[in-house]
Amino acid sequence: MENEPLIECKSVWKIFGDRSDAAIRAVKERGIGKAEVMQEFNCVVGVADVSLGLGKGEILCVMGLSGSGKSTLIRLFNRLIEPSLGQMLLHGEDIGSMSLERLREVRAKKVGMVFQSVTLLPHRTVLENAAFGLEVQKIDKARRHEIAGAALAKVGLGDWLNRYPHELSGGMQQRVGLARALASDPEIILMDEPFSALDPLIRRQLQNEFRQLSKELGKSALFITHDLDEAIRLGDRIAVMKDGAVVQLGTAEDIVLRPKDAYVEDFVAGVSRLHLVKAHSVMHHVGDFQSRQPGVNPATLPAVPVDAELDTLIQLMTKGHQDSVAVTDAGKLVGVVTLRSLLQGVRGREPTEEIAL
Amino acid sequence: MNMSFSYSPGDVIAPAIDWLNTNFHPLFAAISLIVETILDVLLSVLSVLPAWALIAVIALLGWKLATWRIALLVVGTLGFCWLMGLWEATLQTIALVLLAVFLSITIAFPLGIWAARNKRAEAALRPVLDIMQTVPPWVYLVPAVIIFSLGRTPALIATVVYGTPPMLRLTTLALNQVPKSFLELGEALGAPRLTTLFKIELPIAKPTLLVGLNQCILLSLAMVVLAGLVGAGGLGAEVTRGLTRMELGVGLRAGLSIVAVALLFDRLSQAALNRPIGKR
Repeated sequence: MENEPLIECKSVWKIFGDRSDAAIRAVKERGIGKAEVMQEFNCVVGVADVSLGLGKGEILCVMGLSGSGKSTLIRLFNRLIEPSLGQMLLHGEDIGSMSLERLREVRAKKVGMVFQSVTLLPHRTVLENAAFGLEVQKIDKARRHEIAGAALAKVGLGDWLNRYPHELSGGMQQRVGLARALASDPEIILMDEPFSALDPLIRRQLQNEFRQLSKELGKSALFITHDLDEAIRLGDRIAVMKDGAVVQLGTAEDIVLRPKDAYVEDFVAGVSRLHLVKAHSVMHHVGDFQSRQPGVNPATLPAVPVDAELDTLIQLMTKGHQDSVAVTDAGKLVGVVTLRSLLQGVRGREPTEEIAL
Repeated sequence: MNMSFSYSPGDVIAPAIDWLNTNFHPLFAAISLIVETILDVLLSVLSVLPAWALIAVIALLGWKLATWRIALLVVGTLGFCWLMGLWEATLQTIALVLLAVFLSITIAFPLGIWAARNKRAEAALRPVLDIMQTVPPWVYLVPAVIIFSLGRTPALIATVVYGTPPMLRLTTLALNQVPKSFLELGEALGAPRLTTLFKIELPIAKPTLLVGLNQCILLSLAMVVLAGLVGAGGLGAEVTRGLTRMELGVGLRAGLSIVAVALLFDRLSQAALNRPIGKR
């Protein structure tokens, strides 16, 4: 996703505390780091020197434990929280220096938000809730109800228009929140742990639906979560946050296979690799394989594409009699997965030099 | 050594009141005139229909807007006042309470919102409210009577002073109870602050606001009765008459009528509070 980012933050800081002004000046002038800010100025660092870009149509998951600054970070993107330092750019326009009027317009039309807690107005119907963002934009009633009705249909609540929020389950309430955000047709949706209060089955269902829907509509999303499985299921890329800083940014496979430090390694330790790691990460290159195992002709092996999941490889090997599987890229043989390299992949390692069947 | 030390704030306040009275008399006279006129208009509107017709109209409204129980209650309570031969006094009391409650809300509502927004304003208002609620009402009836002379105006002022604090406190409480995430929602949708206030905060705060209204109405009613002492007329005057002449019958009839009116007002505002969501 190296295309021009829709929205990005550049070296953004958010520092809270009585002496935050002095701390900000010190960061600006002396370039001190997070540790010094905390030590010298006794400030709380919400976000420390974070640079992130969100590409068109991309879902970027920001993952971290509570207190890691992820909720602060997401609020910098629509300036619910003012950044202490650094730039927030939307299509190259600085969000931090927008007039109040322009900022309201951006929030109303470009950047939608879905919250963790259910923020539906109890005295309004589902339809009126979904239309509320449009009502704020002073769009007339017939039109806004039409748009909101369509958005509700997209999230599967087409039959619930005239119900009240208290008549809905938690999962349905969050769908209404999503419909309200979608109704304004924003380019970017900020999702602040929207599914974390739901039970696991409903959560997974909503995750799948959300991913499908946002890809279908071409929306970009910044998705905050404390759940690694959720981040892996949803995110095109994942940013792991710790103490206000982004520790690692990359694809799910990157983070699981090549954790940058012990913290990330701990995080990914329990994650199942079966649907995450792809064949190309565990295969031996075809040349290496042939030089070490001249007796085996890769062309006779069952073949899978490079992006086949470990799960598929295991199925193939357990069903057939071969202990190796060929990996092809656009029909061309590129490598071989052996039983040994597959097992290493399941443990989350890249294949070692030694090739044995 | 026998030293007695005493200080009477009256030494300062009394001359101040006198000074106000001599220098601002036309202003006070004008206020009095306005209050009297509004009350007269209210009263004449209430008296357009004969008693039975007005009761029927209110009962019908109660039935339409709430439940048939409310309609029954209207007939029972107002009918009682009518049968007691106190219809006119009842209307006078109701008019005074309505105007007092209206003024209390007009004062309390914006101040309450301000206090909810601004911690310092809240801190500054709190002792004032404490004083308003704890000083015995007779005490500020005195200067009010000195300035406005006997009648309905000092009674109204005393009532507003008494009815404003609960409404104000509960307005502040109601707004402070609105979860922060709803305020964020307003901001994130790009809503101007007034839109957030009227479309998000106030509807969510409504139940607590209605409790404030209920308290305001009941305290105002209690005060209006007390204000019978200063010539405000109405049911309070009947009670005072019963007391000064030692006529139990008069006092009891007026007293029970007051209970009836209080019951009606309380249940009406409760009914507004308990309206189920989705009923329009």
